[in-house]
Amino acid sequence: MEPTLRVIHGGKEPARELPAEPPPSELSGWGMYPRVQGRQRLSENLERITEGATLTRGLGRSYGDASLPGAPGATVAGSVLADRLLAFDRETGLVRAEAGVTLMRLNRLSLPRGWFVPVTPGTHWVTLGGMVAADVHGKNHHVAGTFGEHVRSLRLRLADGRRIEVSDEHERALFRATLGGMGLTGHILEVTFQMARVPSPWIWQESEQVASFEAILERLADAGRDWPYTVCWNDLLNDGPGLGRGLIVRGRWAEPGEAPARRPPWRSAPTLPLLLPSWALQPWMVRVHNLARYLAHGARVRHAIAHPETFFYPLDVVREWNRLYGRRGFIQYQAVLPGPHDHPRHRQLIATLRRRRGDVYLCVIKDCGAEGRGLLSFPRPGVSYALDLPVGRGTQSLVDALNELVIAEGGRIYLAKDALTRAEHFRAMERDRLPAFQAVRDTWDPERRLKSALSVRLFGDAP
Amino acid sequence: MKVALLGASKGMGRAVARVLAERGDTLCLLGRDRGELERCAADLAVRGAAGEVGIVACDLLEPSGFAPALDAAVRHLGGLDAVVVTAGLFATQEQLERDAGLRARLLAADFANTVQFCELARERLMAAGGGRRLCVFSSVAGDRARKPVILYGAAKAGLSHYLTGLDHKFAGDGLKVVLVKPGFVKTGMTAGLPTPPFAGEPEAVARRVVRALDRGTPVVYAPAIWRWIMLAIRLLPRAVMRRIGF
Ligand SMILES: Cc1cc2nc3c(=O)[nH]c(=O)nc-3n(C[C@H](O)[C@H](O)[C@H](O)COP(=O)(O)OP(=O)(O)OC[C@H]3O[C@@H](n4cnc5c(N)ncnc54)[C@H](O)[C@@H]3O)c2cc1C
Repeated sequence: MEPTLRVIHGGKEPARELPAEPPPSELSGWGMYPRVQGRQRLSENLERITEGATLTRGLGRSYGDASLPGAPGATVAGSVLADRLLAFDRETGLVRAEAGVTLMRLNRLSLPRGWFVPVTPGTHWVTLGGMVAADVHGKNHHVAGTFGEHVRSLRLRLADGRRIEVSDEHERALFRATLGGMGLTGHILEVTFQMARVPSPWIWQESEQVASFEAILERLADAGRDWPYTVCWNDLLNDGPGLGRGLIVRGRWAEPGEAPARRPPWRSAPTLPLLLPSWALQPWMVRVHNLARYLAHGARVRHAIAHPETFFYPLDVVREWNRLYGRRGFIQYQAVLPGPHDHPRHRQLIATLRRRRGDVYLCVIKDCGAEGRGLLSFPRPGVSYALDLPVGRGTQSLVDALNELVIAEGGRIYLAKDALTRAEHFRAMERDRLPAFQAVRDTWDPERRLKSALSVRLFGDAP
Repeated sequence: MKVALLGASKGMGRAVARVLAERGDTLCLLGRDRGELERCAADLAVRGAAGEVGIVACDLLEPSGFAPALDAAVRHLGGLDAVVVTAGLFATQEQLERDAGLRARLLAADFANTVQFCELARERLMAAGGGRRLCVFSSVAGDRARKPVILYGAAKAGLSHYLTGLDHKFAGDGLKVVLVKPGFVKTGMTAGLPTPPFAGEPEAVARRVVRALDRGTPVVYAPAIWRWIMLAIRLLPRAVMRRIGF
C-alpha cells in the first residue's frame, strides 16, 4: 500500500447552512425534575450546531437543570453525535477527542490497550464535554483530584462565535473557569487529556460491613490512606440503631498475576422500558432493599476480582433506571463538608435529615482531597455526601435546611446535581469564588448569550 | 477487507465504518467535506483501521467525479473487496412539497446518482475478481408508499428495485449485492423526528449490516424487526392505507 496517497481532487467546501430548527420538545436532566420546553439541535458537526446556541449539553446525566435551556423554547446544542476520537497516543496515553465521546465507548476502547480515564464518575453514560463542564470527581478524588486536573487543553466556541484553544498556558482564566463551569463559558468542542496506565483491566476489590455512621467515617479515612478507590454506601432511611450503617468498598487495579488473562466481557445493559407511576417506589421497599443488601454482605471482609464496569458503574446495570421514580422525578443533593472525618458537623447533617424526615433513597459518602484548578469546581478537602431524594412537598424545605447547614459549616454543593438551591444560598456558599468566575464571563460573554436554567436560577442571568 | 465507503462521515455510514475499523479492515472514505473526512479518518485510525485511512473528495450531486474518485480509492486501497454506499439526502415530505430545488436534489442524489455510482463501482468490483460486495443503504420507506415519505420513498423504491435486479443478474458471478433497508435508526438524519417504537441504535444496526456484508446476504432489514413490520404494512389494503396517516 502507498501510505502517502491521500488524494484529494475536485470537490469544494459544501455550503454550510444551519439545519432547520428542531421542533420543541420536553428536556430534563437525569432526575427528570424540572422539565423544560426547549429545542435541541443534534448533528455530527458540533461546531456548526453550537452557532447561536445558548448552551451545549451531553447525555443529560446531570440531575437537575444544569443542562436545560434558560428560557422555555430556547435552543441548545446536543453533543452526542460529535463523538470522534481524533488522536490516541498509545505510548503516552494522551487523547484528543470531540466533546460528545461517551465514557462508555472510551473505556471499552482503552482498557484492552492498558489505559483508563484518570477520573470517572459513577456512570459511564456521560460525555467528555459533560465531564469537563462539571469537572467530575470519582472514588479516587483523594489521590487523583478531579477530571479537570488531567485536561491539557480545550477547544471552545465562544459566545461571540470565535473558536479558540485554551489551556493553562493560553487564556488560563478562561480555561480554569471552563473546568466545572457548567457550560457557561463556552461550547466545548474538543478535549485533550491524559489517560492513566493500568496494569490489567480488572479490579481487586474489598468490601466490608460497617455498623454505624461514625465507624463509617473512620473507616473511610483509613481506607483512603492505602487505596486509590474508596466509596461508601450508606443507609439513612433506617431509624433507630441501624441508622447510618452501610458498606464500605475499596479497590485498586489488579496486577497481571492476580487477574484473569482474558479481557472483561462487555455486556449491553437492559433498559427499564417504562416510566413507573410515582407511587411505585415506596420508602419501605428501599428500606427492605437496604437491609437485604447489608445483611447479604455478611460480617466478613470480602475480596474479589471485579469487572471494571461493575465496580465503577453499579447503577448502570439497568439503563434509564431513573424511570423508577416516576413522573414526579427525584433530585440528588450533594454537598461537601470540610475538615476532618470526626468533626461533629457530620452528625449534624444526619440530625437535620432525621428532623426533616427526609426520605434518602440512596446515600453515597466519599472522601475529597485537595481542591483543583477549576474556578467553580465542586470538591474541596472533606467528606462528600450524595443523597437521592424523591421530589415531594417537603423537598424544597429540606434542601433549604441542608444548605443552611452547609453554609454555616463552610461547605458547598455540587451544581451538576442541583435543582432546588436558592440563589441567596448559592451566593453565600460561593462568596469567595463567584466574583472571579463572573469576571471571566464579563470578559468573554458580557451579554450573557450563554446560559442555562441553572444559571438563571443561581447566577442571576436574565431568562 | 479493503473497503471504499461513500457517506461514512455521518450517521449509519460512520457506524459501519467503525465496526470495520475495529476489526482492522483497510478503509478509504469518499465524501464531499474534506475537513469532516480527515477527522473521521483520524477516528477510524484510533479505533484500529489498518494502515492509513484514505480520503477522497466525491459529491453525490456531481456524478462526473464518481469514476476518478473510485479509481483513487482503488489505488489507495491497493485493491477493492467491497464498496459501501450510505450517502443520501433526507428531507420530510412537507419540505419536499414546498421546495422544488430540494426535491430535484433529493431525487437525483437518492436515485439517479446513486445508481450511476453503483454502476461504476460494480465495474471495478467485478474487474477485481470473485466474491466482491456492493452494499447499499436503501430504506424501508421504499417498500410501500406511505403518506409521510412519498417522494423519499419513491426514490428509495427505485433504488431497491435496481439493487434487487443487480442481485438477480450477478449473484454468484463475482458480485454479491447487499441491499440494506434500515428502519428508523437514531442518527443525525432522524434527529428532531418523533422516535417510533422499535427505533434502532446505530451501533447495533451497523453490526448487523457488517454481518450481512461478510455473508453476502442479499436483503437485510435493520433492526431486524422491520422485516415483519414492513410485511404487515405491505399487506394492508389500500382503503386502510388511504385512511391512516401512517
Ligand atoms: C448515576 C450517576 C452517577 C454519577 N456519579 C458521579 C460521580 O461519581 N462524580 C461526579 O462528579 N458526577 C457524577 N454524576 C454526574 C455526572 O457525571 C455529571 O452530571 C456529568 O456532567 C454528566 O455528563 P453529561 O455528558 O450527561 O452532561 P449533561 O448532563 O448533558 O451536562 C452537564 C453540564 O455540562 C455542560 N456541558 C455538557 N457538554 C458540554 C459541552 N460540550 N460544552 C460545554 N458544556 C457542556 C452542560 O451545559 C451542563 O451544564 C453522576 C450522574 C449519574 C446519573
